[in-house]
Amino acid sequence: MLPQRMGKLRLKNMVETILADPRLWQIVVLSLGVSISAVAIATLLGMPVGAAIAVTRFPGRRAIIVILNALMGLPPVVVGLFIYLSLSRAGPLGSLGLLFTPQAMVIAQTVLVLPIIAALTRQAVEDAWREYEEQLRSLGVHGITAAVTVLWDIRFSLLTAVLAGLGRASAEVGAVMIVGGNIDGVTRVMTTAIALETSKGDLPLALGLGLVLMAIVLALNAGAYLVKEAAQRRYG
Amino acid sequence: MILPLRVSDLTFSAGGRAIIDGVSLNIEAGPSTVILGANGAGKSVLMRLMHGLLAPTSGRVEWQAEGARRHQAMVFQRPVMLRRSALGNVVYALESAGVAQASRVAMEALAEVGLAHVAQRPARVLSGGEQQRLALARAWALHPEVLFLDEPTSNLDPGATREIENVIKAFDAAGTKIVMSTHSLGQARRLGDEVIFLHQGRIAERAPIERFFPQPSSPEAAAFVKGELPWA
Repeated sequence: MLPQRMGKLRLKNMVETILADPRLWQIVVLSLGVSISAVAIATLLGMPVGAAIAVTRFPGRRAIIVILNALMGLPPVVVGLFIYLSLSRAGPLGSLGLLFTPQAMVIAQTVLVLPIIAALTRQAVEDAWREYEEQLRSLGVHGITAAVTVLWDIRFSLLTAVLAGLGRASAEVGAVMIVGGNIDGVTRVMTTAIALETSKGDLPLALGLGLVLMAIVLALNAGAYLVKEAAQRRYG
Repeated sequence: MILPLRVSDLTFSAGGRAIIDGVSLNIEAGPSTVILGANGAGKSVLMRLMHGLLAPTSGRVEWQAEGARRHQAMVFQRPVMLRRSALGNVVYALESAGVAQASRVAMEALAEVGLAHVAQRPARVLSGGEQQRLALARAWALHPEVLFLDEPTSNLDPGATREIENVIKAFDAAGTKIVMSTHSLGQARRLGDEVIFLHQGRIAERAPIERFFPQPSSPEAAAFVKGELPWA
């Protein structure tokens, strides 16, 4: 029955119908808001951590790097579960009353994205530091000044790390589903809406959201590639 | 004046192996010093110990005056350039050292090595030879009393090598103490006033250039000179 209905819809009509749907844009805006907030927080926390691990030597450093790299593949549902347990009424952060709010989704995605940004930053800074360390020390540049110089010099690599985080955050469904609850108009984002609409049978909306989501992820990656390429040409 | 530099009983070990093994020497102002030796003799490590980039396992590196870091510079085998313009790289070094009117001084240094025309170009897209000249300009702009050069031409073609050597000669003539490592006998002859021959982390011989090449007194140096002659 469904494929028949879909078959009758002409593509143009379908696109128009989908794009005219105010629900769609509300969902898109909330999705981007949640993911961008999470990536911003994860960047502020993860970059200094990644950079610090890159340039310092301490016992257990290698284990931390392995764990950090492994956490890049953290399953979103597991993150969702842990954040759910923490934020639920009986959990340690239950008194904040954040469960099933956009804030809870931001927290979950921050946890998900933080290892990605920290690990990619660690790798980029470590490579750059290996190259620059002697030269900077020879010039008498130390500590924070040296760190700022290196971070500024590899800013385009770091941008790639941030965009990787954003791609991950905007595409995941497990974590936001569990801690957000997919409440219509409150915590429904693109991925959870796609899951729901598909199971309900509202395939046009699901497809529309899917296309928007893919367009966003594609645009992010194209942007990252172009920025990196332009930087390579401009700065070598 | 930060010279003379006194190095006493210097040892540097890594992984249980002594890379520099009980080296004592004085570096005086004036004649340019070439540290000569085969690959793995410890030339780079000795330079880094003197420049203060490596901490010795034992022994001492003593400069005549306090604050010697500011009055020495080093050019590495492979130039390390920041992702900014050629001029920006020199300005960065000057500003880090607290030099006033950094842009003007930097432009002068670029002109000195013949790179004024590429001042605004990104440093990393310059050719290998140009990058090494830029590294020399960056070091020179700081007006160091001592300039360490760690095999500065080993990655370059003959033309670029000649250009680099001319710049080094000009710095030498201007009164900067040159301490350069190389494994090229020809380069040692062209640029050196005296040779410190390093073999397996020890000084096998130290002699003025005009005596070293005709009649090296140590068997190691004799073998090295003889072995290299066909290509020198």
